[in-house]
Amino acid sequence: MTMHNKTIAEISRDLTAGEYSSAEITQELLARIKAQDSTYNSFITVSDEQAIAQANAADACRAAGNATAWTGVPMAHKDIFCTNGVLTTCGSKMLSNFVAPYDATIVDNFNQAGAVSLGKLNMDEFAMGSSNESSFYGPVKNPWDTERVPGGSSGGSAAAVAARLVPGATASDTGGSIRQPAAFCGLTGLKPTYGRVSRYGMIAYASSLDQAGTITRNAEDSAMMLNVMAGFDAKDSTSVQRNVPDYTASLNDSIEGMTIGLPKEYFSDALSADMQQQVRNAIAEYEKMGAKVKEISLPNTHLAIPAYYVIAPSECSANLSRMDGVRFGYRCEDPKDIEDLYKRSRGEGFGNEVKRRIMIGAYALSAGFYDAYYKKAQQVRRLIKNDFVSAFNDVDIIMSPVTPTPAFKFGENANDPVAMYLEDIFTIALNLAGLPGMSVPCGQVNGLPVGLQLIGNYFDEARLLNAGHQFQQVTDWHLKAPNGIA
Amino acid sequence: MALDQDQVRDIADLSRLQLDETQIAEYQTNLSNILHLVDQLSAVDTSDVEPMAHPLDAVQRLRADVVTETNQREHFQKIAPAVENGHYLVPRVVE
Repeated sequence: MTMHNKTIAEISRDLTAGEYSSAEITQELLARIKAQDSTYNSFITVSDEQAIAQANAADACRAAGNATAWTGVPMAHKDIFCTNGVLTTCGSKMLSNFVAPYDATIVDNFNQAGAVSLGKLNMDEFAMGSSNESSFYGPVKNPWDTERVPGGSSGGSAAAVAARLVPGATASDTGGSIRQPAAFCGLTGLKPTYGRVSRYGMIAYASSLDQAGTITRNAEDSAMMLNVMAGFDAKDSTSVQRNVPDYTASLNDSIEGMTIGLPKEYFSDALSADMQQQVRNAIAEYEKMGAKVKEISLPNTHLAIPAYYVIAPSECSANLSRMDGVRFGYRCEDPKDIEDLYKRSRGEGFGNEVKRRIMIGAYALSAGFYDAYYKKAQQVRRLIKNDFVSAFNDVDIIMSPVTPTPAFKFGENANDPVAMYLEDIFTIALNLAGLPGMSVPCGQVNGLPVGLQLIGNYFDEARLLNAGHQFQQVTDWHLKAPNGIA
Repeated sequence: MALDQDQVRDIADLSRLQLDETQIAEYQTNLSNILHLVDQLSAVDTSDVEPMAHPLDAVQRLRADVVTETNQREHFQKIAPAVENGHYLVPRVVE
């Protein structure tokens, strides 16, 4: 096994054992990115110099006897996280010249932990998309089949980890943007509880839904990343003041007696028989491990996408008003007046999907429509949350498919926004409820990975990681790599 | 809810977005389809339901009213499209 194939936990152990240095693995991964990423387009920026400097500093820290679990471990950030002195585009032309003047809190967390950041990963523009086709920097290819999308919006994070260019990556999830690409690329994706991880320096899309998380090869690595990221941050007004457990400590707990809820609405006709079978097989594995299964109902499931497409666009129309061509970012040529400056900078700087969502939001929030749209959606949001709250009275964890189909081909949904939105049918309700969710590889259909979604109660990330890890002790789906990648 | 082309132009104007005139019809179709999707909400009885702004129903945290930020004007203005003497430059607003 060469270094690029190692998981975060393996690299951490190898560095401790002195098998190789941080500088060596960092150089190997940078060379691999240079040689192979033209195929996948998963990186927008590769920060060679900073990475090598961080790796050398980590090796020096280790030599001085001050190493921790993360010292010298390479990773990469989704380009939604501000990185001081490094280009931060959020997948948009609007920020094509934006060298962030500060670090996001989680970027700082990884820097402080001694991690090595290899660069910034491609994504749908401003995290709006489910296929990575809306990036100004070009679509990302799925390493399992380069004619197919890697999912979105964290498509670069997923493709880079699947192609073994980096062992783990940060990502963000507003309606499924971690779990869906993780499922499409055969990876483990974790979206924590809303407020568990700081959003400071994560470029805002829909502030009441956005949450940072991880894409890794397995649950153990997710736990290691979450240990670095989770916690209270006074700079994020929605950050939650609550103790952070050691998420690696409970990975090996027995899941015997755990009650799994299967929402009947998630196993409907929208799901092909092939997909259904893979997910059922995974649940049977849990039963073998001593878990109990119970059918539950989340009766307002069908309202999740409509509610989301009021709330998310409304919040994005407010959040993206800061992109005005005045203080940072793209500015049009020769504006004739201030109005022209705003309109052309934004018209030229944003892509079509972003413009559509800003316009839907501006419409929904405009005078006379607020009650019919935003307030109504917030009321429906509570109904959706209440479904989950009552389900968790009876079960410990909820399981479902992540997506209705495996990775689709480029262009399949690109011209029909509503068809694209329906791709997120199984992931979006959690964001509205604010619950944690995880995607774990659980099978294949036509050679393409399928994901199992684990949904936990509030702040129950440790249980999700435990359940994911236990599944990965008895199955090998998470060990499978795309053809030609080993 | 279907939008007409003038409504699309009005919403673009409210959003401070210059749209290419040749794309108006496409936006009209796509935005109308999205509004049609969200119109499913109107059929739901929510008369006794409190709107939910935050998943954990948290309220805004308060802090002591003390200065926490330092002046970083030059640092932040380095990435501005146009500045002069510490000010952001825009086209003349007042004649």
